[in-house]
Amino acid sequence: MNWLRKNLVVIIGLLVIAYILLPNIVVVIFSFNKPAGRFNYQWNQFSLDAWLDPCGSPGMCEALGLSLWIGVVAALISTVMGTMAAFALSRYKFPGRSATNLLVFFPMATPEVVMGSSLLTLFVAMGLQSGQVTILIAHILFTLSFVVTTVKARVASLDPALEQAAADLYATPAQAFWKVTFPLVAPGIAAGALLAFALSFDDYIVTNFNAGATTITFPMFVWGAAQRGAPVQVNVIGTVMFVGAVAIVGIAQAIGSRKRKVDA
Amino acid sequence: MALVVPGVRPVRRRAVRRRGTFTPLILLAPAMLWLTVFFVVPTFSLASQSLQTGDIDNGFVFAWEFQNYASALGRYWPQFLRSLLYAGTATVITLLLGFPLAWFMAHRSGKFKTMLLVLVIAPFFTNFLIRTLAWQVILTDQGWVSNVFRATGITGVLHWLGMVPNDSLMGSPFAVIAGLAYNFLPFMVLPLYTSLERLDLRFLDAAGDLYANGWQTFWKVIWPLSLPGVVSGTLLTFIPAAGDYINSKLLGNTQTVMIGQVIDSQFLRVLDYPLAAALSFILMATIIFMVSLYVRAAGTEELV
Repeated sequence: MNWLRKNLVVIIGLLVIAYILLPNIVVVIFSFNKPAGRFNYQWNQFSLDAWLDPCGSPGMCEALGLSLWIGVVAALISTVMGTMAAFALSRYKFPGRSATNLLVFFPMATPEVVMGSSLLTLFVAMGLQSGQVTILIAHILFTLSFVVTTVKARVASLDPALEQAAADLYATPAQAFWKVTFPLVAPGIAAGALLAFALSFDDYIVTNFNAGATTITFPMFVWGAAQRGAPVQVNVIGTVMFVGAVAIVGIAQAIGSRKRKVDA
Repeated sequence: MALVVPGVRPVRRRAVRRRGTFTPLILLAPAMLWLTVFFVVPTFSLASQSLQTGDIDNGFVFAWEFQNYASALGRYWPQFLRSLLYAGTATVITLLLGFPLAWFMAHRSGKFKTMLLVLVIAPFFTNFLIRTLAWQVILTDQGWVSNVFRATGITGVLHWLGMVPNDSLMGSPFAVIAGLAYNFLPFMVLPLYTSLERLDLRFLDAAGDLYANGWQTFWKVIWPLSLPGVVSGTLLTFIPAAGDYINSKLLGNTQTVMIGQVIDSQFLRVLDYPLAAALSFILMATIIFMVSLYVRAAGTEELV
């Protein structure tokens, strides 16, 4: 009884981890299924069909390519703009700073339907045709605030003494920035960029409002396919993404914890 | 200690600079321009759209048509209430699940800490829709979860609570709320983890030395110190959950329609832009109102 009391938090924690992982495990298992009907709900028979022919579902790989492309471009642009803004907000005092912080915070506090629909009204009013451009505009918008917040946290955690030391060693402000500050902030920028890509790649709701009829991203493909039975290939992509994410996050964490040990 | 050695520049003490008033402006310009043109302006265009009258074929005209708001609320108040209720329940569940998990990760996981963080973050980087579809498989009628729930009487309890209309788990409020709680759990766990990791465990010993029992230690020491994480976690969960319709569409039935689904179909299928804009605006106003009340009550203004 005492043992249970002591370890209750560990038991609950492990159960919650199981809850988090369960759907991912199902995605992996069902990527090897050969469904009996259109719907991949019931285990029928082991098969490598989907793995051997990942693009076998018409339109899926095109949608995947589009999503990757949009994710990379949106992440790049919002990382550049967001990093600049993060430096301005954490390193300078200027009138209107708190208002600017609020403007950065608001998009994160806006539900996706509201953001998507208000952008749609703007594009309709402007007469702008929905397509890749409108999707990119929307994705840069909702990833921007996350990049600013992530990079800002990293800049704030820097020890200003390091830059002062660089200045003492006759570094020009530009040298001090590129040789000292930037490399130290780089992990934060990388994390922001990764987050921006993940958010863009995963987005359905905002995209659906601004994509038009012919531009289909991967989440839109999955949504459409779900109505009439998603192909097994969707699970293959889901599995690859899950394994890839574990690898990337794992490597990033491993580097981070080793750095921390060296620092300490 | 302003030691000025000839040839060495005086030490700059502040990290926050005032020099060069134009630098921050230039740095901020692109991002602020983007946020203004594509966030502030659309908010106004949404507001203006919500007061227009007309239809898609003949065009819409601005007319201070407040009737749109009345008919939006009159027709869709059940979906509104349901969204707030489902999102609120899901938020409470994520807090109840996330708190022990965050504590476990922060203080009891030892050398597995990094691995657990990876396992919590990684699913968040895989597709939201694919994971939600996996819940269809998990909750399917003859699946092991359904069978276990039925055998243990959990389904009966859920039915009694009105969470499951008949005895199948799929297509029920239960499934929608479970999906919401699942999908937004990382948003709760990560801020909680950040707060709890900073908590100095010696406080607990101190509380024990002062004869606090476990319950008192939790409410008087742990809870207040974890409040910043609780507030940002609940906001990051509640706000997107209230507007979400992926879970209610994929895991629910016609009785679980949430407001996001109504906004989506009014905008994209019915093409009644003014009504849809009014619904969108009400949702935003409700959330801003609730969030500001909540943040004031929690007493943490340090969110931004």
